[in-house]
Amino acid sequence: MISAFLSGLSSMAMGFGLLTIENIIMIAVGCVLLYLGIKKDYEPLLLVPIGFGAVLVNIPLAGMMEPGGLLRHFYDAGVMTEIFPCLIFVGIGAMTDFGPLLENPKILLLGAAGQFGIFLTLLLALLLGFSQLDAVAIGIIGACDGPTSIYVTSKYAPHLLGAVSVAAYGYMSLVPLIQPPIMRILTTDRERKVRMEYPKKSASPALKIIFPVVVTIVTCLIAPMGTPLMGMIMLGNLMRESGVVSRLTKASENEIANVVTLLLGLCIGATMEGAAFLKPQTLLILGLGFIAICLDTVTGVLFGKLMCFLTKGKINPLIGAAGISAYPMAARVVQTEGRKYDDKNWLLMHAVGANTGGQIGSVMAAAIMLSVLKGMGIG
Amino acid sequence: MDTFTFGITMTIVGMGGTMLSLWFLTLIINLLKRLFPYRESEEKEKEAKS
Repeated sequence: MISAFLSGLSSMAMGFGLLTIENIIMIAVGCVLLYLGIKKDYEPLLLVPIGFGAVLVNIPLAGMMEPGGLLRHFYDAGVMTEIFPCLIFVGIGAMTDFGPLLENPKILLLGAAGQFGIFLTLLLALLLGFSQLDAVAIGIIGACDGPTSIYVTSKYAPHLLGAVSVAAYGYMSLVPLIQPPIMRILTTDRERKVRMEYPKKSASPALKIIFPVVVTIVTCLIAPMGTPLMGMIMLGNLMRESGVVSRLTKASENEIANVVTLLLGLCIGATMEGAAFLKPQTLLILGLGFIAICLDTVTGVLFGKLMCFLTKGKINPLIGAAGISAYPMAARVVQTEGRKYDDKNWLLMHAVGANTGGQIGSVMAAAIMLSVLKGMGIG
Repeated sequence: MDTFTFGITMTIVGMGGTMLSLWFLTLIINLLKRLFPYRESEEKEKEAKS
C-alpha cells in the first residue's frame, strides 16, 4: 500500500526529473516571447501562441509533438500540407487595398528591389556553409513575410521552421527600429524632402476587380510553383473588390485568419523543442535574417534613389524602404521619417503603394525561387 | 550542381526574374487602366451597392 502510494507520488514528479537544461532554456525563451507579445505589443497575435507553443513542447513526457500528440496533429495537417500559410494569404488578400499601387504602377518596381535581400542572403548562407535548401529557407526571411517564409521553409527545410519563422516575424515587428537608420544613411537631406504629387484618381472599380485575376494568370504562368501563394492572396483580394461575397471576405479576414493564426503560431512554437532549437546554427539564422531585412531596405532605398534620378526628382527615395512585405508597418515608417524632415510631406499613400507592391514582390520572388529550384531538379 | 553555380544562378535569375516580372505587371496595369478608365459614376454606383 505504502509502496504504491510512493510510486504514485514519484510519477507525479517525473516531469521535473526529466527536465533538461535545454528544456528550461526554451521554456524561458517561450516566456520571453510571451512577455514581448503581451507587454511590448510586438506582433502579439503571433508571439503569444508561438511563445506558448514553445512552453508546451518543452514539457517532458507531454508528447505534444510526438506522433499522436496534439501539436503534431496541427503541424502535420496544417504546416506540412502548406494549408495554413495559404489560408493566411486569403485573409491578407481580403485585407489589402491595391488601389494606391494601381494609381501609380511604376512603384511596383520598388516591390521587386525590396526583395533583393532574399537572394543576397541566400548567397551569404551558402558562403557560411549551409546546404543549398537550407540557404533557400534562410534567404526567404528577406521576404519579410511570415506565411511565405513558412511555406518555403516547410517545403525545403522543415527542420529550420522554428528559427526561420521566429526570425521572419520577429524582424517584421522590428522594422520601425531597423529601417530608419539605413534610410538616413543612404539618402541626402534634399532627397528626404522630395514631395511626391498625388495623381488623379485613375483606378476604376472594374480595374480593381480585374487586377487580381490578371495578376494570378500572368504571375502563375511565369512561375507556376508559386500558384498556391499568389492564387490565394489574389482570391482574397478578388472577393474584397468584387463586393459580392462580403460574408466570405469577412470570414477570410476575421474568423479564418484568426483561427489559422492561432494554430500556425502554436505549430511554430512546437518546432522550438530544446534539443533541436538550441544550436549555434539557430543564432546564425537569426543573424542572417537580420542581414536580409537590412539588405532589403538598402536595395529598396537605392532603387528609390535611381528612380528619383530617372524621374528628375519626382520620387522620394524613402518610399523604396516600403518595398518590403511588412504591411503596413514599412509604409508607416516611411511616412514618419519623411515628416521628420518636412512636416507637410505626405508620403503615406505612395509608401502604401510600394508596400503592397512589396507583398506581390515577395510572393513573386518566392515563386521564382521555387520554380528555379524545380527547373534545376532540386528539392 | 556545385554550390557556387547554384548560388549565382539563384541570385541572378531570382533578382532578374522578380524585377522583370513586376516590370511586366506594371505594363499590364497601365494597359488595363486604358481599357477600364476611371469613371466617377462607376465609383458612386459601387459605393451605393456597398
